[in-house]
Amino acid sequence: MAGAEAATSGKIDPMHQFEVQPIFDGFSLAGQQIAFTNSALWMLLTLGVVWLFMLGGMKRQLVPGRWQVAVEGVTGFIDNMMTANIGAEGRKYTPYVFSLFMFILVANLLGMLPVGVVGLHPFTVTSHLTVTGVLAIVSFAIVLIVGFWKHGFHFFSLFVPHGTPGYMIPFIFLVELMSFLVRPFSLALRLFVAMTAGHILMKVLAGFVINGTNAGIGFAALVAVPSFALMVGITVLELLVAAIQAYVFALLTSLYINDAVNLH
Amino acid sequence: MDYATAKLIGAGLAAIGVGMAALGVGNVFGSFLESALRNPAAADSQQGRLFIGFAAAELLGLLAFVVAMIVLFVDVR
Repeated sequence: MAGAEAATSGKIDPMHQFEVQPIFDGFSLAGQQIAFTNSALWMLLTLGVVWLFMLGGMKRQLVPGRWQVAVEGVTGFIDNMMTANIGAEGRKYTPYVFSLFMFILVANLLGMLPVGVVGLHPFTVTSHLTVTGVLAIVSFAIVLIVGFWKHGFHFFSLFVPHGTPGYMIPFIFLVELMSFLVRPFSLALRLFVAMTAGHILMKVLAGFVINGTNAGIGFAALVAVPSFALMVGITVLELLVAAIQAYVFALLTSLYINDAVNLH
Repeated sequence: MDYATAKLIGAGLAAIGVGMAALGVGNVFGSFLESALRNPAAADSQQGRLFIGFAAAELLGLLAFVVAMIVLFVDVR
């Protein structure tokens, strides 16, 4: 519908890029179609890029080459973050947080690839709440499992900070419980909305450039050229946001795991 | 006022929140830079807290964007 409308009116539909479309129809399971979608394809690409990146850098040479330095830089960065936030025990969780960080970072960056110029449609995996929601739920589940495994029901003392007066405990408990339960939602929403908003903004600006160019030389000079300059700047900003959002997701996960490991 | 008009005005009003978050994020980085220039030696150790503050301030602006999108695209009638 949106495509036909766009063809006739010249409007650019900024939401079309988020559509999940089946590539292979797959099979039917309990009345649901299980298809191989473009989302699945870009997740596989993400996995492939991360795998290649790690494969090239795990030669364990005494004098590392450039590639190995790049890989060791990222692993060392996550390792430092875990040690700084959790302590010596935090290194156990480095593999999980590292996988999380690399998946989000590479998925964000792959979604920014300008493969549209050769006719392919890039798809940002992390611009869907289902994907970021699952990542957040896994992080939250690890916090719950580690917390109850290590501390048993003493884990609930997380919701009562030290030195709370007795008559305030019920209220503080409720407030802290609420802020704890909101965590997976805030984790998932932040990544999803940041990527969605950035991509909508770029498509809207691209619409200005295309329609401005088509509307004649005056509009091209007044609208299309400034929009294009702005778009280049926004693209650089989006690359920064892609990295910051991956970092923030990993950082907050490490802080939440710290709560479960050390209480407070 | 008909339904479609009210919807667009509502989405526009919700977008004000995004600008408010811009104030918040600017305040986080501005305050960090101000104090980092006073004591550059301590700046690096506080980078984690900088990004926690950034994430908290940014989330509320992103929520305003979500509200605008819900107002625009969810039909409540």
